[in-house]
Amino acid sequence: MGAALLAEQALVAQNIAFGLIAAVMVFGAIKVVSSNNIVHAALWLVCVLAGAAAQYLLVYAEFVAVTQVLVYVGAVMVLFLFGVMLTRARIGKESDLNNKNWAIGIPVAVVLFAAMSIALIRGFKAEKLPGPDAATRIDTRLVSDSIFGPYLLPFWALSFVLLVAVIGAIVLARKD
Amino acid sequence: MLINQFLILGAVLFCIGVYGVIARKNAVLVLLSIELILNAVNLNLLAFALRNGDPDGQVFALYVLAIAAAEVGVGLGLVLLIYRNKKTISLDELSEMKG
Repeated sequence: MGAALLAEQALVAQNIAFGLIAAVMVFGAIKVVSSNNIVHAALWLVCVLAGAAAQYLLVYAEFVAVTQVLVYVGAVMVLFLFGVMLTRARIGKESDLNNKNWAIGIPVAVVLFAAMSIALIRGFKAEKLPGPDAATRIDTRLVSDSIFGPYLLPFWALSFVLLVAVIGAIVLARKD
Repeated sequence: MLINQFLILGAVLFCIGVYGVIARKNAVLVLLSIELILNAVNLNLLAFALRNGDPDGQVFALYVLAIAAAEVGVGLGLVLLIYRNKKTISLDELSEMKG
């Protein structure tokens, strides 16, 4: 069996994986914005975020995928569930989660998607992404060289933003 | 794999997130929809990083992740404060700034 045939099979497997994960992500995202239960919406968001981590693996961004699982699925979702618990006593179905004129959102989203997809299909047509064995492969070492090299100043700014956010959250949520 | 399949998946998630921000009244659910939008952006950044063979896309995806974590922390702190003061987190009730 030739190497070209193996690469072809890997590509087919990647496309099948992309389709399955994308279907789960879109279904989960629709459940997030349509569910009548806040806890269920948060748990469907876990589904979308884990699917996004899998898609990051398909574009060979392993470090970002692992960080996504740690930060989003691990930390942010726990924060959200605490937020749900602290802001309402009742866990279950509710009827008044949507605005009065929520239906305006549907045409806005559809028109936005139509505009974006027309622009994308015209712009990139059938352009292919490079494969895993391309010389341009980005590994984590390159990413870290970039963070601690040309992008060091934004990294410092980001550290300060995180510090301010932590202190600000404590000050906001403190009881007195 | 085509680049468009990732970009269009990102566009779908972005539009669903925009719909959620417009349609939802509960502040926690609006924050959940904003997370959907941020993930759509990250998907685009990583697809372009692979296309251009440039690590900058992955660097910015990591920055977006960190900013999203900070945003959720402060956002939920604000929601908690609003709940403590008004006993509701329905965004319709917050109309003091309306002229």
